[in-house]
Amino acid sequence: MGEELVIDADGIHYTPLNKMIRSAAASGVKKVILNNVCGQRFIANGLKCDGIDIEIHGVPGGDLSMFMNGPEINVYGNADHAPGNTMDGGRLIIHGSTGDAVAHSMRGGEVYVRDDVGYRAGIHMKAYMEKKPVLVVGGQARSFLGEYMAGGILVVLGLGKDCPVDGRGVGSGIHGGAIYLRNVAPEDVKAGIGAKVVAADEEDMAVIKPFILNFCGFFDADPEEVMNSSFVKIIPSSARPFANKYCWE
Amino acid sequence: MCGIISVIDRSGSSMDGGAIKKALAQMNERGNGEGAGYAVYGAYPDYKDYYALHVFYDNLAESKSAVEAILEQWGHIEHSEEIPTYEQSRLKRTQIPWRYFFRPDASLISGGISNEKDAVIRIINTVNTTVNGALIFSSGKDVGIFKASGWPEEVADFYRIEDYEGYIWLGHNRYPTNTGGWWGGAHPFNLLDCSVVHNGEITSYGTNVRYIESFGYKCTMLTDTEVVAYLLDLLGRKHELPVDLAVKALAPPFWDEIDSMGISKKELYTALRMAYGSALMNGPFAIVVANSDSIMGFTDRIKLRPMVAAEYGDRMYISSEEAPIRIMEPVLDSVWMPSAGEPVIGRLRR
Repeated sequence: MGEELVIDADGIHYTPLNKMIRSAAASGVKKVILNNVCGQRFIANGLKCDGIDIEIHGVPGGDLSMFMNGPEINVYGNADHAPGNTMDGGRLIIHGSTGDAVAHSMRGGEVYVRDDVGYRAGIHMKAYMEKKPVLVVGGQARSFLGEYMAGGILVVLGLGKDCPVDGRGVGSGIHGGAIYLRNVAPEDVKAGIGAKVVAADEEDMAVIKPFILNFCGFFDADPEEVMNSSFVKIIPSSARPFANKYCWE
Repeated sequence: MCGIISVIDRSGSSMDGGAIKKALAQMNERGNGEGAGYAVYGAYPDYKDYYALHVFYDNLAESKSAVEAILEQWGHIEHSEEIPTYEQSRLKRTQIPWRYFFRPDASLISGGISNEKDAVIRIINTVNTTVNGALIFSSGKDVGIFKASGWPEEVADFYRIEDYEGYIWLGHNRYPTNTGGWWGGAHPFNLLDCSVVHNGEITSYGTNVRYIESFGYKCTMLTDTEVVAYLLDLLGRKHELPVDLAVKALAPPFWDEIDSMGISKKELYTALRMAYGSALMNGPFAIVVANSDSIMGFTDRIKLRPMVAAEYGDRMYISSEEAPIRIMEPVLDSVWMPSAGEPVIGRLRR
């Protein structure tokens, strides 16, 4: 096999499709281009391989890049539910919108979404040792953003929108990590139970800057305009926000 | 789980069932082969003034004559036939689908039954609760439900769904969770004009059933979805709530949202929640409801099931996923995710 493999995914079930991707990765292919993708779930699931790029043209099905570690995936279309589910490393760049629960339980790597995300984006993202997952959303998120978040960084820019979140329960049940929202007053954030809203300081801006620069590079956005905006940060309201809610000591 | 796909052509032009079969099969991951079905509006132009009663018979020896006696007692059977079906190797034929084109006799309508539709509902309740081995599962004018236990392609091929044409189609791919899969439990559920497909479960089912049965409806299909059809019939047809308000009764705003509304909206939604507290549906759900001039989709208030809507020209689609819509229409004018608890409606232009 050469450096590049092009697959016409029209009518191919995800199991043989994933086998083709895996065998390409194993034989040293550097780039896989999937054309005519329409609803195939689980693409690149559990794929552990550095230095391979995957291009997806079409609309992939749910749980794209679940458990993946290493590859960089570009999706030219909308993704369905839970892209980046429990992703371990690598990058997922979506040139479109996603369904609900993007970056569900993500534990490492980066997910960038150009447009909007559905409900419960970043639900139960977590971090461990050197693993720190990042989700950056260009458009708008819906209710329960960062629900039960346990670690990592979640940024919503709300570019071209009135507000970055259309909905309630932001950070509902959050007990680790941080959610950053651009261009919204702290009192306008409908924070969930256990979440508190504070202004982002310089240190915070330094934390999110490299990911915002990446986002702007992928999607041709103006980094200066984005960085020169106000940001709020949503974090757990205390070290143990639910000490008295679920257990009795 | 469960997969939903639906389409309306707002100009009233007909589509055959070939495309929706492919679209529904794309979501086979959402089903388990124990139930699939289709609803088509505009199915029976030759009999469009008659109620098309689709019946599942266990066998033709016992129950058929009992059903026909009830129908003849209440009205006139214009035409009766076995629904044409075609053997599929894996699909186990446990029911015999039959259809009647029926008109209730106006002179018999009296004593608490004030109109034709109530008479038909009474006939359905009587058959479904008193005749063993018979189930009326489709009863609208110019509407047909075609369903069975099987995968979407098998069920479509069993009925040769591509031979039917209509301006509204619903498709459902079932993954039964709380009760076993059987032919009557496959979706769509139908009562007269109204057909329902549903993904999720209604955890308030007990409360909702007690409420709806107090109005004389009978739940007989061993699954939670039929209660939605009856609730919408009660709120929409009998209580004459506009369809978007009926949805707000079933999936109402939260009290804290009502508290922050202006005075007139606040009074409206407070009254709605007070009046229809027992109709409120809890649990995760995405539902599409069709009637003869529209399709409407809505989800539970906290969006625990997926829903995508799209438009292309006169056609509007509501589905569990975007990909099946793209199978029917690769290039779309727009595609979006409706907000939780907010109805999205496609209406015929008449």
